[in-house]
Amino acid sequence: MGIENIYTQILTEHNNSSRNKHHIENPTAVLKGVNPSCGDEIELELREKDGVIEDAGFTGIGCAISQASASIMIDLIKGQTKEEALRLANLFFGMIKNEVTDESQLEDLDEAIALKDISHMPARVKCAVLGWHTLENAIHGERNPEKS
Amino acid sequence: MNPYLNDFPILKEEHNGKRLVYLDNAATTQKPLSVIRAVDEYYRSSNANPHRGLYELSIRATQMYEDSRAAVREFIHAEKDCEVLFTRNASESLNLVAYSYGLNFMKEGDEIALPVSEHHSNVLPWQMVARAKGAKLVFLYPDKNGRLPQAELDKIGPKTKLVAVAHVSNVLGTVYPVEEIVRRAHKAGAVVVLDCAQSIPHYPVDVKKLDVDFAAFSGHKMLAPMGVGVLYGKEELLNQMPPFLTGGEMIESVSEQDATFAPLPQKFEAGTQNVGGAVGLAAAIDYLKQIGYDTIIKTEEELLSYALDGMAKIPHVTVYGDTRAGEQRCGVISFNVDGVHPHDVSSILDSDGVAIRAGHHCAQPLMQYLGVNATCRASLYFYNTKEDIDIFLASLKKVRGWLGLGD
Repeated sequence: MGIENIYTQILTEHNNSSRNKHHIENPTAVLKGVNPSCGDEIELELREKDGVIEDAGFTGIGCAISQASASIMIDLIKGQTKEEALRLANLFFGMIKNEVTDESQLEDLDEAIALKDISHMPARVKCAVLGWHTLENAIHGERNPEKS
Repeated sequence: MNPYLNDFPILKEEHNGKRLVYLDNAATTQKPLSVIRAVDEYYRSSNANPHRGLYELSIRATQMYEDSRAAVREFIHAEKDCEVLFTRNASESLNLVAYSYGLNFMKEGDEIALPVSEHHSNVLPWQMVARAKGAKLVFLYPDKNGRLPQAELDKIGPKTKLVAVAHVSNVLGTVYPVEEIVRRAHKAGAVVVLDCAQSIPHYPVDVKKLDVDFAAFSGHKMLAPMGVGVLYGKEELLNQMPPFLTGGEMIESVSEQDATFAPLPQKFEAGTQNVGGAVGLAAAIDYLKQIGYDTIIKTEEELLSYALDGMAKIPHVTVYGDTRAGEQRCGVISFNVDGVHPHDVSSILDSDGVAIRAGHHCAQPLMQYLGVNATCRASLYFYNTKEDIDIFLASLKKVRGWLGLGD
């Protein structure tokens, strides 16, 4: 597996773009996601109304894979219901774990399919799923602990 | 051609169709055939539980284990065999000192001084002691070249009861002035715990000359197998300290309610020990002695200088600590590429067969002090070659391109 299948144009464009990397107005959920093995962390912000994710953004630091994955995720979930966002998250986990390989099934992941080959890079799987796991936890009601 | 390359089977093999350029030696070193064979031979012909059986095989295993201890004693210039304790690794050695010495000989208000660059294994045990005893951690901060200024060393004062210091920083490669630190510590009435895990593979460690009270290292960073480490301690101190772990092999006699303990070194070696590992460590010491530290230092200094010169010519690369090779600088290079996360650098280098480390290197307080989240780290050993460095530099040059960034 060549590195060219990982550091694709889609990945570098998302990594170098700040389109989704910013705070949003009046978030209803803010949750930090940490990758303890590398110390990377992102903070995901969601604004939800009547079960629909109206807006989303993220801030933080991390590798190109975690940053691009979070950015692609935000493109996908904006305007979707929470249930649809969770379905996409599970589909993404399935792809990264190499459990879902059928291309027609993966179609809904759109640009996120560019991260498919990370399933062959065990050391980087955690980077790719950081944003998605944070999303899943946020939708399930997890919030940042109160600052003391 | 590096004459030592042939001694290391893993370095001669192709990995994914590429020659392995192994530059993660500060994490662990590769093993020479002589070490692999010594361990193999031990398990083939001499394996038995040491210190227990009364039959010939057990006596031989015991003899090999104790011969290994003597080899370590001679190598680090300790006075007596009983001052050399086998552990699993440097982390366990440092925890032994913290639990057995720290918890029993330190009190509220005492200070523990340590450079901010210490590995977590030489920070967390002291945090534990400080919390339990109400002692205070006092950090010494290096300058931009990685050196400890006199004003920082002045923090070792009358309240200091223990100084924990690495001989060589695993991130910056700085060789710390251990003799001066020991002088100051002993004047203050403090003991010195030396973490020489990063130095002993590359520099001679003479515990007698350095006059340190404790010294800890891991076998696997000096060509030996994983799972065997060493704690050196001055006999007088070790005798005053209670056992760290208790159980088999470390007792004198046991009744229902009480026990008395074996003399040194068995007092600190509970349970069946890693004899195969100790035998491997002795073989590694033999191998290092054959090459000689003079050759190791000279080879590594040339490679370090070559690598640092090459890196200075690549735009957007920042090296942390001293950017020149020299006597007080070991072959550990921490660096970053502008705009590229260390994990991406590492993955891209990996695609060219180059193994480096990326992350916080178990030194998060230092990362915070340097104001970075993570760094890349290339670390050398005597079996590396200029060709290794050339492949590393060529791959490093391409990194920003892969991320869609310009020169």
